Amino acid sequence: MSRTAAITGIGVVAPGGLGREAFWELLTEGRTATRRITLFDPAAFRSRIAAEVDFDPRAAGLTAPQIRRMDRAAQFAVVAAREAVADSGLDLAGADPERLAVSIGSAVGCTTGLEQEYAVLADEGRRWLVDHTLGVPHLYGYMVPSTLAVEVAREVAAEGPVALVSTGCTSGLDAVGHGAALIEEGSADIVIAGATEAPLSPITSACFDAIRATSPNNDDAEHASRPFDARRDGFVLGEGAAVLVLEETAAARRRGAPGYAHIVGFAGRSNAFHMTGLKPDGREMAEAVRVALDRARLGPDDVDYVNAHGSGTKQNDRHETAAFKRALGRRAHEIPVSSIKSMIGHSLGAIGSLETAACALALERQVVPPTANLRHADPECDLDYVPRTAREHAMDVVLTVGSGFGGFQTAMLLARPGARGGRG
Amino acid sequence: MTAREAAAGPVVTGIGVCAPTGIGTEAHWQAVLAGKSGIRRIDRFDPTPYPVRYAGQVPGFSAKEHLPARLIPQTDHWTHLGLAAAASALADAGVDPAELPEYEMAVVTAGSSGGTEFGQHEMTRLYRNGPSWVGAYQSIAWFYAATTGQISIRHGMRGPCGVLCCEQAGGLDVLGQARRLVRLGARLVVSGGTDASLCPYGLAAQLTAGGLSTVDDPARAYLPFDAAASGHLPGEGGALLIVESAAAARDRGAGEGYGTVAGYAAGFDPPPGSPRPPALRRTIERALADAGLQPADVDVVFADAAGLPARDLAEARALAAVFGPRAVPVTAPKTLTGRLYGGGAALDVATALLALRDGVIPHTAGPERPAPGCEIDLVTARPRDADLRTALVVARGHGGFNAALVLRRPRWHRAPAGSVHQHRAPSGTRGGSG
Repeated sequence: MSRTAAITGIGVVAPGGLGREAFWELLTEGRTATRRITLFDPAAFRSRIAAEVDFDPRAAGLTAPQIRRMDRAAQFAVVAAREAVADSGLDLAGADPERLAVSIGSAVGCTTGLEQEYAVLADEGRRWLVDHTLGVPHLYGYMVPSTLAVEVAREVAAEGPVALVSTGCTSGLDAVGHGAALIEEGSADIVIAGATEAPLSPITSACFDAIRATSPNNDDAEHASRPFDARRDGFVLGEGAAVLVLEETAAARRRGAPGYAHIVGFAGRSNAFHMTGLKPDGREMAEAVRVALDRARLGPDDVDYVNAHGSGTKQNDRHETAAFKRALGRRAHEIPVSSIKSMIGHSLGAIGSLETAACALALERQVVPPTANLRHADPECDLDYVPRTAREHAMDVVLTVGSGFGGFQTAMLLARPGARGGRG
Repeated sequence: MTAREAAAGPVVTGIGVCAPTGIGTEAHWQAVLAGKSGIRRIDRFDPTPYPVRYAGQVPGFSAKEHLPARLIPQTDHWTHLGLAAAASALADAGVDPAELPEYEMAVVTAGSSGGTEFGQHEMTRLYRNGPSWVGAYQSIAWFYAATTGQISIRHGMRGPCGVLCCEQAGGLDVLGQARRLVRLGARLVVSGGTDASLCPYGLAAQLTAGGLSTVDDPARAYLPFDAAASGHLPGEGGALLIVESAAAARDRGAGEGYGTVAGYAAGFDPPPGSPRPPALRRTIERALADAGLQPADVDVVFADAAGLPARDLAEARALAAVFGPRAVPVTAPKTLTGRLYGGGAALDVATALLALRDGVIPHTAGPERPAPGCEIDLVTARPRDADLRTALVVARGHGGFNAALVLRRPRWHRAPAGSVHQHRAPSGTRGGSG
């Protein structure tokens, strides 16, 4: 019998409140966590808004040495991992460390720490030949994003395969998919899988300003992230982490943990078109969805909800809507499709894991989170995007997708434990 | 593909090298056999203020010769080297991607530090001049997926692309991932990695990791397994490889290419302070088990060779524990390039495949006096002829990553007719002082 991965624990550090339940409450209330940036002075930027996490690392349980050593992204990851492990009820001390793996996604790694240290070593741009004697001992740890996976691996004492997955804005989905693959192929029995991002730093804002990807709707920060709305004008940056405990489904069942959801299909495709541009036809994302369905031994009619990438850029939402129609046909018009980026912004590499967490909770609780701020219909986006209000909805299978710089398109299917059909 | 082919693993049909030892596979291989070092004084910036002034740099690399002009300002030097190596690997494999199914070709590269030099330029603009001076390409040049994305776009590869960051171990992990993708239906995967963090900020960051040698003599700075080991030198570049399903390669007449990816495993060291042993030994054992081989089947080991006494000793002990003391030849040609991080292990795999092809173990230029306790048969001074069927490549990444890859030469291998001997370094000379 083939092995599959079950999600048995969820940990979340998200804008709007720490922890899994605060996250779910925000999503189902349709509240938004976007606001004027407070982490640095955004006055000089085109987009001055973001979804920030109110995070006190000490209160979140980290020690002083950890706080000094770890970039904010690593802090998020470790805190989320702890919550996920506690939630799973697993006793990791009793697990075989060699069968415990880690797969963490991040698009931009320790950007915040790298930029802060650059500003010191380069005396705020005055020295090209930076002063290395000012380098903090953990500066190399900031330069290599693998540090984020290292910190999680040390936290859980994993000795199996450990990797940092970095595929831009699909990193969070790809990291969970990678974790599931490790279980399916037998390289691990438990995987701590998820993603983290703390990109809210001047260099990040500047680079997205430069390509006008982020929303300039500074005067209405609360309503600035408007996926699928006709007046959408770019994404709103976010930050956060979600970490999941993945277990081999049969082993989890044996210990009485059916889990929130089973990962039944995963596939990635690339558009090989442009680093940031998307063709409107959604062809490659549709192909990823088709292959994921195929691997799950499911068809379009089995999909009960789509958690969209829904970034709120003009091109993304159109591209994605076309992809759903292409991959799911008539079914695309029959089922709810929503974007939680409307509430927690776009946290780049982390968002795919946050969305996976949202899907797992949606399956468990049979509630679809809404697309907040959706008021003006766009004729090019004509699906049921669950505007503004969460909805009770019977779901056995949900689809979540990601689309990112580099042209990467990822699709993952989650099934409710006990759901009939397919691989679940 | 047949069950036997799936079990045997995919094959490597193309090698593209862009490394301090040379641009192009044969230039690299001849330099390695001659012990000709690619390490020289850093010339991408003035290294005078820094305690490390030497590094492995790709000699005479001109992006204009390898890339479309419009791509050059859009990408970091690291991606330039990756794009050049990918094109060269595809040419070596004799593959025209336009003729293959678009969704069956993928790209998976190892990232370690991204577009550091590009990022330093843009941060300089940001802090000197303000946010509006940051260029549009920062968003696509700095992040770790830039090289994979650009290779995918340039060659029309629409399959499951990816990036794994496991520092120096990543070059093996991406080959493990390439094998995984082939098992899931990919026909061809461009895999491997490059790195280029030889800018002031990149070097300053590397200096904090504690692994760089400050010995100011390029021939004496990086001496792994030597009593005088003092760390490593950094380098840029690496290799990209074409990994194909065995069936696809056979069907297009490429046979088994340079050889088969027969086994792979990854493991992670216990947290600092744990009484449990480091993961390297069991990672090697698992890779061998994965390949269905015994330690005695391995004919040569390409070592990680950190160049730090404690790390070298740990590696030597792991090798001695698996194979027995001095029971298998061990080499580390990376003394000629420095450690290449995301590009390092992929270049070792390229070199190992060439060693299998030509039946010769390239030597480790530099070390002369074995460090006490390192019970390994380190091949030094000159290459060693050997009938090589199986090579093991070992890599460790900063923070605790371990990976091991087993390579098998093609079954229908014919030893080259004496051609390798002309590459041999004159006996009695010592390489390493480029």
